[in-house]
Amino acid sequence: MPLLRRIARKDHAAIAFTLDGAPCEGRAGDTLLSAILSRTESLRRAEFSGEPRAGFCQMGACQDCWVMNEAGERLRACTTPLLAGMRIVTTRGRSA
Amino acid sequence: MSARPQPLVVGAGPAGIRAAAALVAAGLRPLVVDEAPACGGQIYRQRLVQDGRSTKDLYGSEAGKAERLHAAFAALDGHIDYWPQALLWNLRDGTADIAVAGTSRRVAYDGLILATGATDRVLPVPGWTLPGVFTLGGSQVSLKAQGCAIGSRVVFAGSGPLLYLVAWQYMKAGVEVAAVLDAAPATAKLNLIRAVPLDAGIVLRGARFVAELRLRGVAIRTGVEGLRFEGEGRVSGVAWREGGRERRLACDGVGYGLALRSETQLADLAGCTFRFDDRDRAWLPTRDVAGRSSVAGVYLAGDGAGIAGADAAERAGERAALALLEDRGLAVDRARVVALETELARIGRLRDVLEAAFPFPAHWAGAIDDSITLCRCEGITAGAVREAAKHFDIGEINRLKAVSRVGMGRCQGRICAAASAEVLAAATGKPIDGVGRLRAQAPVKPIPLALQLAADRSEDAA
Repeated sequence: MPLLRRIARKDHAAIAFTLDGAPCEGRAGDTLLSAILSRTESLRRAEFSGEPRAGFCQMGACQDCWVMNEAGERLRACTTPLLAGMRIVTTRGRSA
Repeated sequence: MSARPQPLVVGAGPAGIRAAAALVAAGLRPLVVDEAPACGGQIYRQRLVQDGRSTKDLYGSEAGKAERLHAAFAALDGHIDYWPQALLWNLRDGTADIAVAGTSRRVAYDGLILATGATDRVLPVPGWTLPGVFTLGGSQVSLKAQGCAIGSRVVFAGSGPLLYLVAWQYMKAGVEVAAVLDAAPATAKLNLIRAVPLDAGIVLRGARFVAELRLRGVAIRTGVEGLRFEGEGRVSGVAWREGGRERRLACDGVGYGLALRSETQLADLAGCTFRFDDRDRAWLPTRDVAGRSSVAGVYLAGDGAGIAGADAAERAGERAALALLEDRGLAVDRARVVALETELARIGRLRDVLEAAFPFPAHWAGAIDDSITLCRCEGITAGAVREAAKHFDIGEINRLKAVSRVGMGRCQGRICAAASAEVLAAATGKPIDGVGRLRAQAPVKPIPLALQLAADRSEDAA
């Protein structure tokens, strides 16, 4: 079950991206955080504890929602607009 | 070049917008730097695209204020320089380092108005790092700006006016609100009677939120203790103690917060003097009634200078801009100055009452179990912090950071500093103002190492 539930923009244009190599779809107007968490349960694993994390403040302050693209650039999911063709890599699947 | 550099306004929320507008009205052309893609700050944050909801749906009773502010900022187009999605990450020697579009620009300024806003104040409780647990502000941003609910059956917990506002907004959006868990005893709300002569509207609005939540069957519990969030891999429930009894509810989303804390890092880098504010239990930059800091030419406005809310932020932003004009020897409307200061004083008294009605549960800090993560960036537990304090005989927050790494992570202590200070104070038996203030470091937020230096750095162009 995804973490977030859409209330609005359900029928906005689909935006295709990949998440850890798998095809995925967001909606026009999504941040990366919304796009990923309306499909999945977490964004990353904490570096030290290995616990799953899914952001916290959603306003660019807590820095708990960082993901990467395949080029290795770090992206703060809550303040990054989703763009078509983004290739997002997370540490969700890694164990501690 | 003989022309003076332009004034710099940091933040395009209610304080920054009104400050910029007042500077423009006096014939100046400020540079406005803001992290968001569009103006409004967090309170009047705008969506990335239209989504069929009205401004009334988004901002409720404050829709008119939101529309007026957005329009006021749009009207400044062509009269200001505006850098959205830009991070001011350092201040030194009268210049600002600003990361914008992959480049770091160094900008000289003459007059700096900091309108940096606030984020949620939290104390760690068990399960606070679980996916599905967001701050109250984050829960609101998700719904308002993204049209996404943080769950299908949501609990809101903590303290502060946002607690009831966000719960009510979720209910109005059609999301099941399982409960509102208020850390304050029910009697604390009696203080709100004193707020009626200061702002009857705000008291009535709050009373309406509570009445409508109750009417919809939302459980509202007060005097909540021993709060904890439960779940494996994501939040699946919340438990608490109430009148000595254990209680538990299933949910799939939690909004949590204990009122707000000011974003003061830039004021610190600007060299401003700080004082400890007993009411907010926080170190805040000193300022006069107009918003002048201890540093000439640096002005402070809005929640970033001390929590007072959006209405105060609009007025403080304008007042700070008028102070900048006065200090440049320019004429200002004295009647307007008096009106703004009168309003700010009234809202200040209202804030005192709200703090009494939504008190911060400082006693939770001493009760945080040793196993609980205190610093979510670096994964430092409350136990590790207490152990470090004891082992190295530390009673000061910056020394504690040096040995334990608490507050050293990516958030630079935004989320954990208040809690760490409370834990350190509780562990050492010191008063909260006796453990010091976590110093800000540049960059105030993460910036890419690959950031290009702009060729047109203004210091080189002199």
